[in-house]
Formats: sequence, C-alpha cells, structure tokens
Amino acid sequence: MTFRFKGNPPSRRQFLTGAAAIGAGAVAATTARAAGDPLITEPQYWAQGLGEGVDATPYGLPIEYESDVVRRNVDWLTADTISSINFTPIHALDGTITPQGCAFERHHSGAIELTKEDYRLMINGLVDTPLVFTYGDLERFPRENHVYFCECAANTGMEWAGAQLNGAQFTHGMIHNMEYTGVPLRTLLEEAGYQTTGKWVYVEGADASGNGRSIPMDKALDDVLVAFKANGEALRMEHGYPVRLVVPGWEGNMWVKWLRRIEVADAPVESREETSKYTDTLANGISRKWTWEMDAKSVVTSPSPQSPITHGPGPLVITGLAWSGRGAIKRVDVSKDGGKTWETARLAKPGERMALSRFYLDTEWDGTEMLLQSRAMDETGYVQPTKAQLREVRGLNSIYHNNCIQTWWVKPDGEAENVEVS
Amino acid sequence: MSKYHNIVPISLFVTLTFVSPLQAGKLGLGRPALPDEVAAWDLDVRPDGTGLPDGSGDVLTGEEIFADNCAVCHGDFAEGVDNWPKLAGGMGTLDRDDPLKTVGSYWPYLSTTWDYVNRSMPFGNAQSLTPDEVYGVVAYILYSNDLVDEDFVLSRDTFTEVHLPNADGFIVDDRKSAEAHFVTDPCMQNCKDKVEITMRARVLDVTPDTGD
Repeated sequence: MTFRFKGNPPSRRQFLTGAAAIGAGAVAATTARAAGDPLITEPQYWAQGLGEGVDATPYGLPIEYESDVVRRNVDWLTADTISSINFTPIHALDGTITPQGCAFERHHSGAIELTKEDYRLMINGLVDTPLVFTYGDLERFPRENHVYFCECAANTGMEWAGAQLNGAQFTHGMIHNMEYTGVPLRTLLEEAGYQTTGKWVYVEGADASGNGRSIPMDKALDDVLVAFKANGEALRMEHGYPVRLVVPGWEGNMWVKWLRRIEVADAPVESREETSKYTDTLANGISRKWTWEMDAKSVVTSPSPQSPITHGPGPLVITGLAWSGRGAIKRVDVSKDGGKTWETARLAKPGERMALSRFYLDTEWDGTEMLLQSRAMDETGYVQPTKAQLREVRGLNSIYHNNCIQTWWVKPDGEAENVEVS
Repeated sequence: MSKYHNIVPISLFVTLTFVSPLQAGKLGLGRPALPDEVAAWDLDVRPDGTGLPDGSGDVLTGEEIFADNCAVCHGDFAEGVDNWPKLAGGMGTLDRDDPLKTVGSYWPYLSTTWDYVNRSMPFGNAQSLTPDEVYGVVAYILYSNDLVDEDFVLSRDTFTEVHLPNADGFIVDDRKSAEAHFVTDPCMQNCKDKVEITMRARVLDVTPDTGD
C-alpha cells in the first residue's frame, strides 16, 4: 500500500446534510406542543399492524436506517482495491466489540474463498515431526477465548504530514476488536515438537500474497492464537476464514489470514512484509525494522467530523476508544481546549490487555468552539504522545505506527473538523 | 494466560476461573507432512540464500520475461506505471521529504526480491514463473537499478555476490529507549499558553463523501 498525501479532485463534504434533519426531529420531540406530539397522541402503524415473521431473516443485517454504518474505502490511497484497505465506522459504534460485518479489511491479493474441507495447516522446519492439520483437527485441541484489538500498522499513517482525512473512520478506522476462539500456537508447536534451536516462526497465508512474517519464538509461545471463531461465529471470509493468526498487541500485518503454514526456524526470513513494508523510515534515512508492538493510542469517536453535535448546548457525551499493545489502558484524559487543560474521563470498564477500552466524559457544552483531544495511558506508564513529539523522534516518513493525539475542532454549530494545533 | 493481568479482581472465584486448559503431552492430532508437501509450500528464501532452488537467469532473458509479465504495471524499466510500485530508482532519497523506496534504494536483501517475485508475482497470476524465469527477472531488476552489468547471470552461486545498497539501513525497533520519555506523568493544568490551528483537513478536501 502506498500512501500519497494528495488525492483525487476535491469534492464537497456533506456530513451535516443528514445530521441537520436528525437534529430537527430531536427539537420537535423536546418542544412542548399544545396539541401534543402526534407520534404519541395518534396511533402509529407499528402499534396497530404486524411486523415481520421469524422466518423473514435467517441471518439479519442492520436496519436500513443504519446504512451509513459501513466500511468505507478511499480510492486514491492505493493503486487498486485488491491490495488495499478499508475502514471501520468507529465514529458510529459504541462499546468495544466491532461487528464483523463492518470490521475493516486489509488484503494484499484480495479476500479469498477457502473452504474448511480444502483447508490445510502445515508445521515444518525445526520440529521433531512436520505435521499437517485439517480444519477438523484444529477444533479438537483445547481452546481459549480472548478479546484483542487488531490495528493495521498504517492506521493514521496518512496523517503523518498533516491533517488530511476528515473523519475518525478514515483517520483511525483500520482497527477492529473481537472475541476470538482458538488454539494457542504454543499447543500446535508442542504437538509438532519444536526444537530449542528454533528461535523464530515464519507464518504465511494461503492467498497469493502469502503475507509471510517472522515472529520471535518467545511471542509465539506466549499468547499467539490460531483462531477460527470471532465474536461467536466463524471468521468472515475477508478476515481469514476459516483460520487466522491472532497476535495480541502487535501490528495487524502479522495477524496472518487464511493461515496455511508455520515454519520453525533459527533465523528470521526478512520477507517483503518486514523489509520493504512495515519498516519505519526515520528522518536520517535509517529505518526501524521489527516494530511489532502497537503503542498506546486513543481517539474521540463522538463528537467527530462524521458525528457532529446536533442537539445544541447542554449535556454532551464525549466518547471514544483507547488501546495499547503494551498492556491494559489505565486512564484516558480528555481536553476541550487543545491540550491546555485535561480532565480524566471514565472508563466503561477496567482496561483489558491488548483490547479496546471505551471511555466517556459526561459534560456540559456551552455552545462555544472546542479543540477536543484524548490522551491514553497504559499500565506501563506510557502516555500517548502528540504528533509533534513523535515527529521530533521520527520525522515525517515513518508511514506506520502513528499513535499521536488527535484533535477535532468542534465549532459553535456542532460541526467537527480534523485539525492540527500548535 | 500467564500474562493475563486481572486488573480488578471481583472475587477470588473469578480469578480462579481464569486458567488455561490443562494439557498433558501431545494429543496425537494431525499427520506427518510428506516431503513433497513440505517442498510445495516451503518456498521461503533467507538473506544467506537458504531456500534458493537450482537454476539461473541473465539480464537480457530477464528483460524479455519482465516485458511480457511485469512491465504493464511496473514499466519497461521497472520505473513503475501510474500508482503501481516502482522497483528501480530513488537512490539516496531516504532522508529526503519524499523518499522513493525501491529494490535498489531501500530493500536490504536480494533474497526478499527472489522470494517475493517467486511466490506472489505477477499480481493476479502468482507462482506462474519457473525458477529460471525468476532468476532472470531478478537479474533484470538489479540491472534496472544499475547494480549489475547487462551480462550478469544470477544463480544460486552468484547470488551471494550481490549486496544491495541499503543492507545496513535498518535498526531493530528501539522505541523502548528512543521513546522512553513518553513514559511520564502528564501535565493536567496550564499545559501551554496558547493553542492555534495550524492545519485543516477541510482545506485539503480529499475525504470521500459519506453523506446522502
């Protein structure tokens, strides 16, 4: 994926067109009328007639009025839509679990269709017995369940050089958070009898890109999961059906989909996806490699450019997501004045390791402009940096691992915009 | 599970339920992989050349194969067409504002080029090139980057003669030390005197329409 800073010919944003209509309805509902609200005083068809039968929808989709809560792509980011990215609508979601149907996709040679019958997983290399597993074999190993975030290394990567895309979906939506069911990689490595000379595993997918990556054995034996269920059901095709790797806290590229082979090796392969890509160039031209962990990060999802304030001054819920590949989120601070002053927000529940946390700041909005920011802290004491602090160390060309503090400029009309501040 | 930190233990009972499934020894699942099966899937090539098959290819033969299979996206001289990746050029640009990262200017190891072309290219028709053809294409990419002469023949033997310019251009992740100052007690009040908007996404205006 190649990110460019300038895109196609400009087109006008219309975020507020729909929002204004919603706002008008809200005003009507809260305004006292002499005749009473007809939605209350007059019988409505849904209170008189019949709804759909239980046989209408064997597997349902969201109601049509939620049709804006969908994955979006940005066509100028990549050369084509096959080796490309799309974005989770985090601006419209709440809680922490990402619905699979709108959870972002990143492929290098498209989303392939691989049946359970055709599925094979090989373990070879420095093992006592190279093995082949069928899908059915994998379901016979003892299982675990864990919730983890999967964040693309390039999430927010288009924002290194400045404020570019106008919406949390586009700036921070290369992420999803699911409850995975699977077998610890350690269990499969033990089944094959991994040898002590094996310091690395090389993992690759069944798709044409292969997406091969080298993972140090310590991580492979620690918490890596060979997963076949997500959020209770089979993986979606686009998320690696029937089997993917789950690599808690580490960059999404390593979460190899359609996993077909695990090679135990005494050295890393230095594959394309860990040399040409997923290496981070510093200002002096030297590049970091093996930047596996995703650092502590957060974003206000509402208000945000795609989720403006439509209700006017008064009580306002500021909410967002925080996460860290180093461990659990301990605290999130929110600023309304661009970082001059900070208030500590409320976590919906205690942070879980390598999983999304939801935060809320229940506040009173006086109708004046705000420069909204959020700042995550994890259990290691790491504090999410500003973009200026990151640029000081890394320059502008890292592409990946942009975990900077995001600023939304909320204007008196409730509209919000992606900005950078001094 | 040993790394699971139960942040707020509700009760001892809850803590005790968070344990990994017990497993005593192997379960006897799966079957031994056959040598032909391993050979079919284990194609990766290491920086030292481990994994390279027999075969060879020269620059001029590689140029023909490249013209037939690669140039439609990557250009006749590996210089890239439209938004497709450039494979050649960009020498000395890595510390500039807009670095051009190619096999010649950026990639550390020739093994990666061989491995990736062999496994995943051409885009949409991967694994269609013979080892000799891959050797030829890689030889041509080297030539396009002015790294070998036009009479160069790439093989498992000559492979180790080639050193890419940016082989020493990488360091292992040093964030724990270089960014240790991000572990801090953050400012809460009077953190700066003034705040000014310095950049606006609206002005750039490259976001897809999301309404209507």
